[in-house]
Amino acid sequence: MALTLADVHRIAHLARIEIDAAAAAEVHRKLEAIFALINELQAVDTTGIVPMAHAQDVHLPLREDVVTETDQHRLFQSQAPAVQDGLYLVPKVIE
Amino acid sequence: MISGTVAQLVADLRAKRLSSVELTRALLARIDQAQGRFNAFVTVDVEGALAQARAADAALAQGNAPPLAGVPIAHKDVIMTAGLRTTCGSRMLANFTAPYDAHVVTGLKSAGTVLVGKTNMDEFAMGSSSETSFFGPVRNPWNTDYVPGGSSGGSAVSVAARLVPAATGTDTGGSIRQPASLSGVCGLKPTYGVCSRYGLVAFASSLDTPGMFARTAEDCGLLLNAMAGHDARDSTSLDRPREDYTRDLARPLAGLRIGMPNEYFGDGVDADVASAIEAALAQFRKLGATTVPIALPNVKLSVPVYYVIAPAEASSNLSRFDGVRYGHRAAKYTDLLDMYKRSRAEGFGAEVKRRILVGTYVLSHGYYDAYYLKAQQVRRLIADDFVRAFEACDVIMGPTAPSPAFRIGDKADDPVQMYLNDIFTVAGNLTGAPGISIPCGFDRRGLPIGLLIQGDYFAEARLLNVAHRYQQATDWHTRAPAEVTA
Repeated sequence: MALTLADVHRIAHLARIEIDAAAAAEVHRKLEAIFALINELQAVDTTGIVPMAHAQDVHLPLREDVVTETDQHRLFQSQAPAVQDGLYLVPKVIE
Repeated sequence: MISGTVAQLVADLRAKRLSSVELTRALLARIDQAQGRFNAFVTVDVEGALAQARAADAALAQGNAPPLAGVPIAHKDVIMTAGLRTTCGSRMLANFTAPYDAHVVTGLKSAGTVLVGKTNMDEFAMGSSSETSFFGPVRNPWNTDYVPGGSSGGSAVSVAARLVPAATGTDTGGSIRQPASLSGVCGLKPTYGVCSRYGLVAFASSLDTPGMFARTAEDCGLLLNAMAGHDARDSTSLDRPREDYTRDLARPLAGLRIGMPNEYFGDGVDADVASAIEAALAQFRKLGATTVPIALPNVKLSVPVYYVIAPAEASSNLSRFDGVRYGHRAAKYTDLLDMYKRSRAEGFGAEVKRRILVGTYVLSHGYYDAYYLKAQQVRRLIADDFVRAFEACDVIMGPTAPSPAFRIGDKADDPVQMYLNDIFTVAGNLTGAPGISIPCGFDRRGLPIGLLIQGDYFAEARLLNVAHRYQQATDWHTRAPAEVTA
């Protein structure tokens, strides 16, 4: 399962991170070392072991189906890079 | 005054030997003087702190003050503080003002603490040296050429350098305990679920744990009393009866069984660290404890497990930073996709990007079983090791980190060497059980060494008891860096 330079470009695209050729090569070198560490797991026999997703085996709690949040869009949108009429502005996506 | 513990300051404030305004002003002056040397803070809130101090003094005068009234503290800058800048040490959030308080912030506010500012940290809490902040590296007050540990380095340093008596942190793989060790203070990571994660900027949700730094175990307990408790806004917050975490501090240690894992005393441990830990164990035997050898055979796999699970969760959590709703947006772009990519490339630093890429890869089509599922299975094997170990002992002890602090820049270009700093702390995050690091000596260069005490789930009061009795018998925790004692 060797990680290739093409993989680096593919996952950078999936992660929505711009990466140029020089940076990709550098990232590839570092990720290879990280995956050498991670791949130590492949030698472990985990047949029949139940995966542990969480520190505590707790059930997802439920609450009454009532409104608990107030409208705070002005407060939240005060942090946004571009807003108009209560809407977030982004580049045109439909021609 | 500046070296007072939380417990001493509470007593002095109540006895009117000291006012909160007087104390807060003195610490703000120290913070201002120290900033150029240690870079421990990202934001200092002078006016807000003095207003809170005046309010605390008024409550103290009226005799209706809450338990920690007037005690100045700092919060790690990954913890949301309403109306105050919360940056996560990242360019992405360099101008972000938190719209609400984290649950632990509310708890400490209700207890009467005075917030002086937000502490510097590794970007998005990803690191073990506090070098990756957009606001520059934090420096170790014992020797400013060295790192303070991380990711909560600013909080550890602010307590070590007597800038505040206590500070909050978060611990996802060791980010409280390791900097506590390298900076010579106490750092407690409680059981996962005891303190709500509401208002922490998420890194790895199944591992992120809020906790605190202080100079004594007793002070950690006083803060935990204010920070713990059920919170419906965090679905993993546990609904348990309230505890006084300081209730067992004075309990004698006779009969305490200390587990010594072979794996924590091997070749990879620095010689000075090993002898300081041996000396601490001898002290515990003097206090009536016995030591038993235990085995944690899978703990060596905790770092590779962590570097699958934490980046996987981080890649999902950090997808919210898209330059649309908050955070950095690139100045130039061609279309929406290009805007996302450029905003994220500019907003995140190199280590954060690496972890997002690792996480994206291990969760991508065809690799999930080989990496993520496999890591979750080995996580179970590690947790089972601890279940077996706690049948034979009450607490587990060993070094918090394999070596004392390293020089700034020494490991910055080698992520794997950096990751291996957390080899003894990461397992506590994978299992969710609590751990505390306390000072137990110095190396030949005068850099602090920390003892890691790990307990079973919900054993915080016992851990604080064990640490407190040690601190009653020794004075490592009272030592201060040379330039602080002036």
